[in-house]
Amino acid sequence: MNDYTDEFKEIVRAYERIGGNRNDILSKDIGSLVINADRVLEKNDVEGLHIKYRKIKNGVSVKVYVDKNSVINYPVHLCFGMLPSQGTQIIKSDFFIGDNSRVKFISHCFFPNAKRIEHIMKSLVRVGKNAEMSYLEEHYHSNSGGTFVYPKVIAHIDSGGKLLEEFKLIRGRVGNLDIDYEVSQDSKSSSELLAKVCGKKTDSIKIREAIYLNGPYASGIAKSRIVLTGSSHGNVLGEVEGNAPHTRGHVDCHEIVHGRNAVASSTPRISVNDPLARVTHEAAIGRINKKELETLMARGLTENEAIDFIIKGLLR
Amino acid sequence: MKDVVLEVKNLCYKTEDKEILKGINFVVRKGEISSIIGVNGTGKTTLAYVLMGLNGYRPTSGKIVFNGKNIINFSPTRRAKLGMTLAWQIPASFEGITIGEYLNINNNSNPRDLLKTVGLNPDTYMNRYVDDKLSGGERKRIELASVLSINPKLIILDEPDSGIDMTSINVIKRIIKNLKKNGTSVVLITHSEAMAKLGDRLLLLCNGKFVKEGPPDIVTKFFKKHCKKCGHIGKIEEEILNE
Repeated sequence: MNDYTDEFKEIVRAYERIGGNRNDILSKDIGSLVINADRVLEKNDVEGLHIKYRKIKNGVSVKVYVDKNSVINYPVHLCFGMLPSQGTQIIKSDFFIGDNSRVKFISHCFFPNAKRIEHIMKSLVRVGKNAEMSYLEEHYHSNSGGTFVYPKVIAHIDSGGKLLEEFKLIRGRVGNLDIDYEVSQDSKSSSELLAKVCGKKTDSIKIREAIYLNGPYASGIAKSRIVLTGSSHGNVLGEVEGNAPHTRGHVDCHEIVHGRNAVASSTPRISVNDPLARVTHEAAIGRINKKELETLMARGLTENEAIDFIIKGLLR
Repeated sequence: MKDVVLEVKNLCYKTEDKEILKGINFVVRKGEISSIIGVNGTGKTTLAYVLMGLNGYRPTSGKIVFNGKNIINFSPTRRAKLGMTLAWQIPASFEGITIGEYLNINNNSNPRDLLKTVGLNPDTYMNRYVDDKLSGGERKRIELASVLSINPKLIILDEPDSGIDMTSINVIKRIIKNLKKNGTSVVLITHSEAMAKLGDRLLLLCNGKFVKEGPPDIVTKFFKKHCKKCGHIGKIEEEILNE
């Protein structure tokens, strides 16, 4: 590995500034991968987890393997950072989760100085039979609004497998976000796709979560929680297909419009191609729930305090 | 008047096309439970919302004097800060908010103690979410705990006994009795005779007006005779009131 010592220290400091624990990416007991722009600064495999990578134009191609029958005890930390204020980062990542294994990934994507940063994430995920994978993607952006984030995931879950994909913007402005998750599932598998984002000023949020329940007894939920302030825009497309007997799917979208010029839209596209399948959807779009707001005001919170409290819970 | 916490004078409220409250007058004293009954649609919940100052429930005329101040123009927040609060018939849910956080929104009470007060084990409930996974009884008890968290002088309880199991009803009755002991005043809206009898007095609301006020036994008797099948329709109010 090249000597990126100073750059790595800088990334560690940036990680700590966003509330991270440096041991997450320094401990030899914890699987980790640290990338700044197109450079891998640190990588740590642990028993049952193997990470391979190669440089590509403007980024890194990563392959993550979890052995069959392996339980990775600690969450694997993936840091994808861009410390410069401009540039493009492409991360192509393939995850192969072996049968009967269990792993949790926490991906920290931070662009603290972004003025014009493009972060393109293209992932292929394969969750083996009876395996469990959870992937929590946490984003930390600058307040410039100049971050362009395009996470795209195509996943397949083998029979009995479980996948949880969660996207959260923790800090800063979204900028321009275009999430595209697509999951196909075999029998008795389950999935949950969840995105939680708050748009500010002129931010643009576009989310597509698609689940194809192809095997009997497969289940999946496509869930999104969006808060739109200022003049931000949100557009959510939740797709679930029940293509086999006894499949259960649900689309659950909640968008709060809390800005004079904010605009929200939600389109559920659900279909059932088997008489024994069942797919449902619910969507709530609009202002903060009046009863929630007034309950908190009746306990002494001001209207703004009550709104902050409700939004905090929704995006948690 | 000595010990008067709430005085409502000639309170009227109407929507665009309907008069809902037609001159409400009543007084609540310190540590007193005032129960309110009435058939569905008489304006009980509307009265609760008007008293709490909720959005869209501004009275058309009248006064609400709380601890000597006319609070008619006060927001719910300001009313709560003065010591008035409301527990809804169907409490709100709060996605992503734990019960511990919900009971500590004012940072001036101990959520664990509050949970014990309403008969819920803190170890089981502190980290649960205030969501639809709670049963009706659990949610009502948590709502009461939340109301207690602001150390109120006056609590408006809108049907605290609706849709819950016997155990929860008994807990809620005990809490209401303790409130009275501690000097907190309660306006208790209910359909239950047993609950109404917790009141020091009972007020019967009919078509936006109190038509009878007095000891719970007498008013419930009157209610059963005249209101189960609304007996006042076609009669003049004085005729009823003079019975």
